[in-house]
Amino acid sequence: MRILLMGNPNVGKSVLFSRLTGVHVITSNYAGTTVHYTQGFMKLGEYQVEVIDVPGTYTLEPTCEAEEVARRIIDSGDIIINVVNATNLERNLYLTLQLLEKKVKLIVALNMWDDTRHQGINIDLDGLRKALGVPVIPTVATTGEGIKTLVENIPKAVSLEIPVRSHEERWAAVGNIIEHIQQVTHRHHTFSERLADASVRSFSGALIAIIVLTAAFIIIRFIGETLIGYVFDPLFEKFWVPVLTGLSVLLEGNGFLHNILVGTLIEGNVDFVQSFGLLSSGLYVPFAMVLPYIISFYLVLGFLEDTGYLPRLAVLADTIMHRLGLHGYAIIPTLLGFGCNVPAILSTRILESKRERFIAATLISIAVPCAALQAMIFGLLGSHGWKYVAMVYSTLFVIWIVLGTILRQIVKGFTPELLIEIPPYRLPPWKTTLQKLWMRTYGFLMEAVPMILGAILVVNVLFFLGVFEVIADFTAPVVNGVLGLPKEAVTALIVGFLRKDVAVGMLAPLSLTAEQLVVGCVVLAMFFPCIATFVVLLRELGIINMLKSAAIMITAALITGGLLNFIL
Amino acid sequence: MKIKILKDLKSGESGKITRIDGGHGMVSRLAALDIRPGSIVKKLSAGVMGGPVTVEVNRIQIAIGFGMAKRILVAVEDSAS
Repeated sequence: MRILLMGNPNVGKSVLFSRLTGVHVITSNYAGTTVHYTQGFMKLGEYQVEVIDVPGTYTLEPTCEAEEVARRIIDSGDIIINVVNATNLERNLYLTLQLLEKKVKLIVALNMWDDTRHQGINIDLDGLRKALGVPVIPTVATTGEGIKTLVENIPKAVSLEIPVRSHEERWAAVGNIIEHIQQVTHRHHTFSERLADASVRSFSGALIAIIVLTAAFIIIRFIGETLIGYVFDPLFEKFWVPVLTGLSVLLEGNGFLHNILVGTLIEGNVDFVQSFGLLSSGLYVPFAMVLPYIISFYLVLGFLEDTGYLPRLAVLADTIMHRLGLHGYAIIPTLLGFGCNVPAILSTRILESKRERFIAATLISIAVPCAALQAMIFGLLGSHGWKYVAMVYSTLFVIWIVLGTILRQIVKGFTPELLIEIPPYRLPPWKTTLQKLWMRTYGFLMEAVPMILGAILVVNVLFFLGVFEVIADFTAPVVNGVLGLPKEAVTALIVGFLRKDVAVGMLAPLSLTAEQLVVGCVVLAMFFPCIATFVVLLRELGIINMLKSAAIMITAALITGGLLNFIL
Repeated sequence: MKIKILKDLKSGESGKITRIDGGHGMVSRLAALDIRPGSIVKKLSAGVMGGPVTVEVNRIQIAIGFGMAKRILVAVEDSAS
């Protein structure tokens, strides 16, 4: 048996899904967090039943990819739990009626039930049950209230014989129900609502946005550097250096095995960045350089997601984004990209048109460096002075603007206008925010660490076989002539396909000047996506658009790198 | 009663939508978010330089792109303005 969770965006389907199945999924306070369906299982009596968390949809006539996914899956479900935002029945019941017309077994979870009291909304539950003809259970998914009753009532879901109505008839039916079962008492604006109004007004909104984003950046840096300086670095220095030194002596300081495990000694010592052995750089890069920034970035992002600030940022960014052929909501995938490009490109599904998705995905792959890459840029360039780090960021920002402006002109199709729901501000439920941080950190450890180790192994083997020298000689005219980097830097570009953080690390032993490092970092960020991003681009864009996107990346990277080399 | 274009409403002013001048796609996208003839909307804020207009409809805030907000007609009570 298969149960589907369906409802409008941002009504708490994913939170309810976690409650029912124990499977933790990423939840946030904005429409479109879930863009593809997630599967889990729950016990219903003696049976294991399948539960699917379906992306939110306002109507069964799809207007974007996420809604299309929702519509296709309906026929495969045996029972639908229609999750409804109790504070906005006027709109939510429209989908409920549409679902009823599909003649599927339905039960309604009246979620955010606690908010109805705060908002002065009085709902006659029995009246609603009679009007709809299906079970209606009030729930508060974030606290778990009503979940048990909901589960007990799932078998009572019923399908009704209702003729298919026209839009007008359906809206009239909704209006009729509301009139009989709901009373709203007027009340005054709360502080958070006044703040909510201020953050979308253009002047105060822009001011708030600048403060929020600057604060976010400072906090991310602070937490990241603190974790590195006071936790991870000391751990490595104190406990791991003696082990590696011992191992190095044991392996007699040289040879194939020594170089693979410990790496090359730099002035007789193990250097965690430059040695490039599996047990030196292979552990130090992911754990002491990247992980601290993964933790700090996702903590801050999670907080922003859960408060409901991001859609307000989208409203403010709308005018700028239109110049890039996108609309404001594209700012959300873009921000996600600063963590990892993979979920960012997946989340471009919240955009309505193919054109927008192509532009957004391409711009993210080119101009939005992921947390791992940024952590390495901080680590490597930071010691040369922060103005060099700023150069990398401002170059990427200019590329983002210029390339977006060009793509807007040349990519066919149209960009619809922004039309989004702005959720109320909420205090992040700390437990779920931290749970989300843990899921993302765990995801990094499980997916990135093996890739990093694999990349370092490949690098060592290719070095040993002399393959890199052949390639380096072949590509020297471009790498040396155009980019002004030593010919060996091509190895970093190649490894960038596996992991960008490892690739930046490979620039370390080349004794580059700060300016050369800037060129190297910018080109690495833009040149080609890492393999994980490549796969997801291929899947989301299709092979032809993927090739176009890749051609844009390589061309833009070489032009920018060449220009930077010329200017600096 | 006065008919105004949504984008020309003052902040805090509300009225009933009378007409939406748009193609089927636009009308149904708006309708899905409860922005349809008959809905009571209250304008919260307007973006300058072609930014989105924010309205409240049934206690939910919706941001509407400027181009669409130009094509939504609203009947405003005279006393309200």
